[in-house]
Amino acid sequence: MAVSEQEILDGLGDIVNEVAGVSKEDVQLDKSFTEDLDIDSLSMVEVVVAAEEKFGVKIPDDDVKNLRTVQDAVNYIKQAS
Amino acid sequence: MRNPAPVPGARMLALGEYRPARIVTNDEIAPQIDSSDEWIRSHTGIVTRRWADTETVADMATLAGEKALANAGVDASDVDVVIVANCTHHMQTPGASSEVQERLGANKAGAMDLNAACAGFSYSLAVANDLIRAGTARYVLTIGSERFREIIDPYDRSMAMLWGDGAAAALVGPADEPGIGPVAWGSDGARIETVQQEPTYMEVFHAALEGKALPPTALRMQGPKVFRWASYEMVHVAKRALELADVRPEELSAFVPHQANTRIIDVLARGVRLPESVVVAKDIERQGNTSSASIPLALSALLERGEVESGGLALFVGFGAGLTYAGQVARIP
Repeated sequence: MAVSEQEILDGLGDIVNEVAGVSKEDVQLDKSFTEDLDIDSLSMVEVVVAAEEKFGVKIPDDDVKNLRTVQDAVNYIKQAS
Repeated sequence: MRNPAPVPGARMLALGEYRPARIVTNDEIAPQIDSSDEWIRSHTGIVTRRWADTETVADMATLAGEKALANAGVDASDVDVVIVANCTHHMQTPGASSEVQERLGANKAGAMDLNAACAGFSYSLAVANDLIRAGTARYVLTIGSERFREIIDPYDRSMAMLWGDGAAAALVGPADEPGIGPVAWGSDGARIETVQQEPTYMEVFHAALEGKALPPTALRMQGPKVFRWASYEMVHVAKRALELADVRPEELSAFVPHQANTRIIDVLARGVRLPESVVVAKDIERQGNTSSASIPLALSALLERGEVESGGLALFVGFGAGLTYAGQVARIP
């Protein structure tokens, strides 16, 4: 069963909170991981690996750099799941 | 033809270390890479590192090797093989090991360098274990020694703050039972470009002949890719090493992974699911990444501070350029 955009956003909020201590409410679609949420490149790797596990998708190294905003990540996961 | 009789086991008999005197703070490095002490601490865990002055890989290896021999009470002339694991010796050839062997007075020993980058110590310990168990050698002196100054670009923002210099040695000898577990090793050559030296010596050589200027050759790293590989893939290597040795996590005294970045160590330790009783080495905070020297230096620091006791079991996982990796369980000397 396909997951909804809201479910993915919710899950990403939990992950970003766990990895970087960012408040879940701050994880909104228009936010940039680096600039708005202060997620550095290594924390981004942790977010990606946790998202792979949670949503059962594969996000290869070379695609990670394209995930600039939370919306990018939601779209990627939605398409891949 | 005949072969020597095998022996039941091998173990590390003693360690010896050499840490250069010069302590380098983050504040000293930060201006060249437009960074700060706070940023370097929070992103790498490194507070200070040590840099060699004029000491070479062979100098530091000799000093660490001398200490290991003295601590074990074994004479250099009884050593059968000297292995210097390193990736930073200043000559392609000869390796550092022949000089070390000569200076130690290990006059009957064979000598070889072993380059498995940051996995070098675990590789050399595996080789020493098997040389001794097969009866080929009685005493093997394994040394990790590195001097990074001439292979790191001081202006590279993802590299300049990470590295430290130093050496540590383990004298390995025969034992009545296994003191070093089977190695879980391998190499992921498909990821070779994620950590490598650029330009190559070949390019530098031809440029020099043609009178062209090239930048100094330096180690370059694709940080996030290596972070992902080290933090998550190495969990399987750690678990495999435990399985091969038939040791349960709760039997360990210490987890001593290669000291590359505290964030890798934290994610890796979480993934291996070690009980709280297992001490996790974080020598990187004061020593930086010393590549093949990092595991024995970190173990030596734990022993010195009384955080682990001789006779306990430690789990080692080395990983580095190649990408090479090796893990094993070993009894703490």
